[in-house]
Amino acid sequence: MINLPILPILIALPLIGLVFIFLSSEEDENAEQSKKSALWTSASNFVLSLYLPINFDKSIPHFQFVNTFSWFNNDSLRFSLGVDGLSMPFIILSTFLILACIIFILPQAKKNMKMYLASFLVLESFLIGTFSALDLFSFYIFFESILIPMYLIIGFWGGERRIYSAYKFFLYTLLGSVLMLIAIIFLYQEFGTISIPKLLDYTLPFYIQIWLWIAFFSSFAVKIPMWPFHTWLPDAHVEAPTEGSVILAGILLKLGGYGFIRFNLSILPDASIFFTPFIYFLSVVAIIYTSYIALVQDDMKKLIAYSSVAHMGFVTLGIFSANIQGLHGAIIQMISHGVISAALFFSIGSIYNRYKTKRIDFFGGLNIKLPKFSVVFLIFTLGSIGLPGTSGFVGEYLTLLAVYSKNTMVAFISTLGVILSASYMLKLYKRVFLGGLSENLDKKKDDINIYEICLYVVLVILIFIIGIKPGLILSYTTASLERIIQFYPISIF
Amino acid sequence: MFVLSIFLPLLSYVVCIFLNNVVREKILNFVSCALMVFSTISSIISLIFFYLEGDKSFIITNWISSGSLNVDWSLNLNLLTVTMIIMVNFVSTIIHVYSVGYMSKDPRRIIFMGYLGLFTFFMLFLVSSSNLIQLFVGWEGVGLTSYLLIGFWSHKDEANKASLKAFVANRVGDFGLLISLFTIFIVFGTININEILLLVNSHSQSYFSFFGFQIHSITLIVVTMFVGCMGKSAQFGLHVWLPDAMEGPTPVSALIHAATMVTAGVFLLILMSPLIETSKFSQNLILFIGTITCLFASCVAVFQNDIKRIIAYSTCSQLGYMFMAIGVSAYSVAYFHLLSHAFFKALLFLGAGSVIHSMSDEQDIKKMGGIYNRIPLTYTSMLIGSLALMGLPFFSGYFSKDLILEFIYLSDSDLKVFAFITGIFGVFLTALYSSRLLITVFHRENNSDEKVFAHIHESPIIMIIPLVILAFFSIFFGMIFHNFFAGSSLETIWSKFMFIDSETNQAYSYGNVPKFMKKLPLVMILLSLITVFLFYFKFPRTKQLVKDKLNFIVKFFYNKCYIDELYEKVIIKPSKYLGRGFWKSIDIDLIDNLGPNGISRFISSLGSKVSNLQSGYLYHYVLSVIIGLTLFISIYIYIF
Repeated sequence: MINLPILPILIALPLIGLVFIFLSSEEDENAEQSKKSALWTSASNFVLSLYLPINFDKSIPHFQFVNTFSWFNNDSLRFSLGVDGLSMPFIILSTFLILACIIFILPQAKKNMKMYLASFLVLESFLIGTFSALDLFSFYIFFESILIPMYLIIGFWGGERRIYSAYKFFLYTLLGSVLMLIAIIFLYQEFGTISIPKLLDYTLPFYIQIWLWIAFFSSFAVKIPMWPFHTWLPDAHVEAPTEGSVILAGILLKLGGYGFIRFNLSILPDASIFFTPFIYFLSVVAIIYTSYIALVQDDMKKLIAYSSVAHMGFVTLGIFSANIQGLHGAIIQMISHGVISAALFFSIGSIYNRYKTKRIDFFGGLNIKLPKFSVVFLIFTLGSIGLPGTSGFVGEYLTLLAVYSKNTMVAFISTLGVILSASYMLKLYKRVFLGGLSENLDKKKDDINIYEICLYVVLVILIFIIGIKPGLILSYTTASLERIIQFYPISIF
Repeated sequence: MFVLSIFLPLLSYVVCIFLNNVVREKILNFVSCALMVFSTISSIISLIFFYLEGDKSFIITNWISSGSLNVDWSLNLNLLTVTMIIMVNFVSTIIHVYSVGYMSKDPRRIIFMGYLGLFTFFMLFLVSSSNLIQLFVGWEGVGLTSYLLIGFWSHKDEANKASLKAFVANRVGDFGLLISLFTIFIVFGTININEILLLVNSHSQSYFSFFGFQIHSITLIVVTMFVGCMGKSAQFGLHVWLPDAMEGPTPVSALIHAATMVTAGVFLLILMSPLIETSKFSQNLILFIGTITCLFASCVAVFQNDIKRIIAYSTCSQLGYMFMAIGVSAYSVAYFHLLSHAFFKALLFLGAGSVIHSMSDEQDIKKMGGIYNRIPLTYTSMLIGSLALMGLPFFSGYFSKDLILEFIYLSDSDLKVFAFITGIFGVFLTALYSSRLLITVFHRENNSDEKVFAHIHESPIIMIIPLVILAFFSIFFGMIFHNFFAGSSLETIWSKFMFIDSETNQAYSYGNVPKFMKKLPLVMILLSLITVFLFYFKFPRTKQLVKDKLNFIVKFFYNKCYIDELYEKVIIKPSKYLGRGFWKSIDIDLIDNLGPNGISRFISSLGSKVSNLQSGYLYHYVLSVIIGLTLFISIYIYIF
């Protein structure tokens, strides 16, 4: 194995692509040159990121591909990068979805296209940084910096109420993170280290764990988002441009889940056990409550946004049931939701690009106009419902099984979400795609273009591959997860 | 061979979907039918293999492995699965052929053939899977294809509503099944069917903490599993989707909503029969629900006017009979009725399809009549199907349904009197609605448009051949095979694959059923036929009388006992109300106004108040300095 400093390369490469984008002097809305450089950058970054799973040693629970740089010439404050089985899938997901976004942008024209592309590349770099950071300090920096490009994407290229939504998004998440910063400073002062691998070996006293847990929770609960901290999400999604929604739902929400596993669950096990009923309560409410809200939405994006909150409810359930099935389920659910919600938002983007509206009432009988697209959309819908064979099922099944072994009532109520999700998603499909052709649409046939076909075919294949062979992802995570759950009472082996 | 017999229909689907518009239609039609024929042949060959080599599991690849949960993609070959697979493949082949004729004018006919193939695949997958999670894949898969096929004519709003309803009602059932699967894994530590059945006895006394109560674990498992079966097999309460599903094309109704998919619930319970045996409570529950369904559905069927809905309710009630058999531990008899029902109900549906086809897509039986000599072949097959359904001697329904009644009679269940009387009364009702259907559709004076009447024609040969084949099996299936499912050879054949209640079976083989009881169903049929004859031919005026005097009852049953309306009021309306309430009052009013908007409003108002302090007058500042100084000094003095 060549000792390639792969993680620094992955973080730096998008920034190099940025230079090329700014070097080109085009100012028009198409910006062909910049699009090309963005495409090449993100494509090569995706290919490079595949280096990780290929050379990953599945049997080692510890961090791999570790690179350390000193920071402020201080031995205890070091900037180090590395991945384990937990973070690796998310890095691949990030590079993949950014590439998908760039491909989706290719046929479009937008004001200030150069900046738009640049935001995505910067975002990619920060995302990889967040997932691979091995010290709390750089984790915090990357985690917060993500807000900047995302804020710009919503606030600059968004819809009518973009300013309100962007501020709401920014303030909500920032407020949550302030407490996390305090927790990080406290940890550094108390233990003199901010290195995550070292912290994993400490056992903190219970009363400290409680406070730290709340601090980390406030940050991640907003991010994932849990009820009742979710109200920024529907607004942000409705106003964000398509690609922004994709990244937001596809990866940004997963930062919350990742954080929960990495910090709350790994470093603060006693507090996690203490707070589990609280998390169960919030998750169950999220699943049922947001599903009901999704039933009555008139805006497609808002509907998917609310359904995302419900899906994330399954993730938090799985994480805090703290056994191998639950964690496996949570990870598969996150990856699967990353693919499926991204696919759904892309699809809504395709519709929006054609008809300039996302209102459900506007449509009807779209399958006559877009026959191929309607098939693709149906598959995404089914994935979101969690039909067995698609990736959604594996996640839901494993998390619910894990919770059932701990608390039957919680699992019972959350399983009702399975019925509700079928209702609202199929109702959406029926109202938009089935029935007679709506009067607002003309008779002309017009199906998806070649970029969209390529993208959707890949997404469909991914949904089925993860659904039929989830082991491809799970096998990487097992060793790392077993290391985490050893602190917890065993419920299912 | 066995694997082939399951995956060939999937191949047919792939071919139809991806080569649509590429290859000529005729070829595709031929290929999909041929693949089905091959699939049937290979399933018959695998039956031979089963006799030579015994049961076997085929593991394809690993699916989910997480901790101790290990799920494979694998197939089980045993007598129960292989016979079911033969039936499914056989009926599906016939319906494939029929559809070529029936759908010949539809622009999306190739896609239709593809969906049929996909459905068959999922059904076979369900039947043959060796673990319950994979079974769940097939279970939801047939639900999906049923959704697609009910809504196949997506321009019809009714069809879309019906398909959505079917999916959601099935999901309610699936919810129960999921809970059952979770419990099974936690109690047994495995979801492999064979392993579970081996472990049943060692867990028969175990208790499971559910909602804080200690519940007999197997009772919990079976009851929740039965909820799933109620959804799929349209038992009372979750039956609402089945009549509406008739919006789909008729071959779909024949294949999915009569012969195969709706029997999946019965099949699952037969498969898990040793589990059911350890829980008396759930047996009684199954018997009770089956009986209620049987009674309710046949009552409603008598008052319906849509030819397909009548048959749909009849399917419901026949499924009720199967569950009754399961409730009294007569699994083999339930299975027998499942198989024979598949033939004659498919025949009835295809016959109805042929009637609808010849009547220019008319489904209301009030607008038909007097056409028996115009479409003699269709008429004959409908007649055979109806006779088999009624259970007239020597047709297959006679053997299977009478067996159920006799086994109920012989059983020692608490509810046996209730079930037996209802079952016998059900026979009366079955004959009533079947003969009413035959008379109003084929005899009587004609009530249709002249245009339609002039256009009546026998269906093409490709639709008639399937009818003939099914008619053959509807007549002879029971006669040939009834010894396999009850009587002396029962245990040697089936005891490895399902639970056999040998005491009842022995009682049956010794002829412990009184002659009178044996003849009772026949008496009921004759009684019913006489009633119908008198009613329609001798005293036609009573009809009006009944309509006037008993309007309440007629309306009640015509409107399906108002169950749809009840659900609309109790479940659907409140859900929407709840959703809107959560959204507007909690999300927007409470959380947003208290949370982000409230905070920002608070800060900006605080800011404006604080800015008022910066008044610019010197004496204001001096005053605040003095107040501040006094405060600090007094605090300082107080502390030190």
